[in-house]
Amino acid sequence: MEVALNWYLGLSAILFSIGTLGVLLKRNAIVLLMSVELMLNAVNLTLVALSQSMGDADGQLLVFFTIAVAAAEAAVGLAIVIAIFRRKLTVDITEINLFKF
Amino acid sequence: MAAAPFMFFLLATVSVVAAIGMLVARSPVYSALWLVLNLFCVAGLYLTMNATFIGVIQILVYAGAIMVLFLFVIMLLNLDALPQLEEIDWGMVAGFVLGVVVLSQLLYVIASGFDLPMEAMGASAETGSAESLGIALYTRYALHVEVAAVLLLAATVGAVMLAQKRFE
Repeated sequence: MEVALNWYLGLSAILFSIGTLGVLLKRNAIVLLMSVELMLNAVNLTLVALSQSMGDADGQLLVFFTIAVAAAEAAVGLAIVIAIFRRKLTVDITEINLFKF
Repeated sequence: MAAAPFMFFLLATVSVVAAIGMLVARSPVYSALWLVLNLFCVAGLYLTMNATFIGVIQILVYAGAIMVLFLFVIMLLNLDALPQLEEIDWGMVAGFVLGVVVLSQLLYVIASGFDLPMEAMGASAETGSAESLGIALYTRYALHVEVAAVLLLAATVGAVMLAQKRFE
């Protein structure tokens, strides 16, 4: 039995869906950001699997830049969470309604 | 049973279990630790595909840097688990249904859609090596590397600006 490309894509789909569920269901803003990281990670898995399957390195270079953008996104997102926590003393996203009036 | 499918199923099972553990954990610290386990498993999957450079980068950047940042912020804010909701939130039920719809749609496309090459993975060890990726990064994609560097600098400055204490 050989490891087929579809197995990696299926695993990636499952991980992406779990990340989607995390974004939709969790109320903690930090866990929400972690779910976004999980989704990015699932997409990276797809890119690497297709890149290795086709013998083309461009997909892995895209993953490299995705990881750089994910790092930037995590830093800015967590800074926003800290700023909101200073003001509201909570990270519950149902309590955070700064744009409502 | 051959070694490669065994490794795949082991890592895939642990990674899915870790992702679900991140989803159902009450405390954000436990969520972060489950996510670290998941990231390590995905790094192992990269190694089973012979994508060694990305696997090492995954451990260094994701598990090493990003998750330390998450854990640092969780401990800085001294967060407890959020209180349990008493009544059923219909928004959450709708969210669960939407997530399941996304999963079924993705699996349907993968199972039935386009013609994928089905040959064994991991036949090309030199594609994912640090040498081939480095040559491409510093010749053809040199401008992109510079842009990524500027992006990271801007993110660092922006994060410091956002998180600093305002004296008003």
